[in-house]
Amino acid sequence: MSNEMKRRIFLKRSLAAGSVGVAAATGLLAPQQVLAAWNKAAFEAKELSGALDALLGSSDVSESADIKVKAPDIAENGAVVPITVDASIDGVESIAIIASNNPVPLVANFVMGPGATGFVSTRIKMGKTGDVVGIVKAGGKLYSAKKEVKVTIGGCGG
Amino acid sequence: MAKSIKIRAKEKGGVTTVKALMTHPMETGGRKDKKTGKTIPAHFIQEVVCKHKGNTVMMAEWSGGVSKNPYISFKFSGAAKGDDLELSWTDNTGKSDSMTSKIK
Repeated sequence: MSNEMKRRIFLKRSLAAGSVGVAAATGLLAPQQVLAAWNKAAFEAKELSGALDALLGSSDVSESADIKVKAPDIAENGAVVPITVDASIDGVESIAIIASNNPVPLVANFVMGPGATGFVSTRIKMGKTGDVVGIVKAGGKLYSAKKEVKVTIGGCGG
Repeated sequence: MAKSIKIRAKEKGGVTTVKALMTHPMETGGRKDKKTGKTIPAHFIQEVVCKHKGNTVMMAEWSGGVSKNPYISFKFSGAAKGDDLELSWTDNTGKSDSMTSKIK
């Protein structure tokens, strides 16, 4: 790719980010439109705080007893670890699932629409034993809960 | 590719529980082929969108850390039995698929 092309793409992206920021600030856009583009920076971040900054705009998280992270105590197969995050908080905007010891800690982010409840369940890969953290965004604040999962066979390497 | 998604949506007491399975390899890009020693290129679903009557009820962004043939489940309110529910995914190579199912 030539430098000229790169510059154009860079301009396009920065312009797009700028206008979305303005629209979000004025409340013109619904949350799902703001997050329409896949968040490359967040999903490639190797550090948890960096991923949270890129994804949610903050890494200031407080632990909450209203969130339950359901996961097995011991995962025999790290390639398939069932995870459920159930938050009994009103106005859940998004739920992020993080496997803290994975090469890429941020596994998934679920953006909930207006009618959706704070419940999400999926299956993730885990490289090694570590905490699975559920981060719930509600009312502009971040709450978290975690559970340790022991992995006997990792699911990320090969 | 047409049948890469399975959806089950059930309405009970005003809350619809959606369960969906997708068929996808979900390669992280970090794995190596044991025979050739070459890195297998990343190939995973980046975005999943679920819509009810044109409104997005759930949108997920994923990394390659979600298991092969991903499963998701979530709940939302405001739908009735017989309504259409549309689920679609897009992966990092630009491929996508969608499926519409009736809420039971």
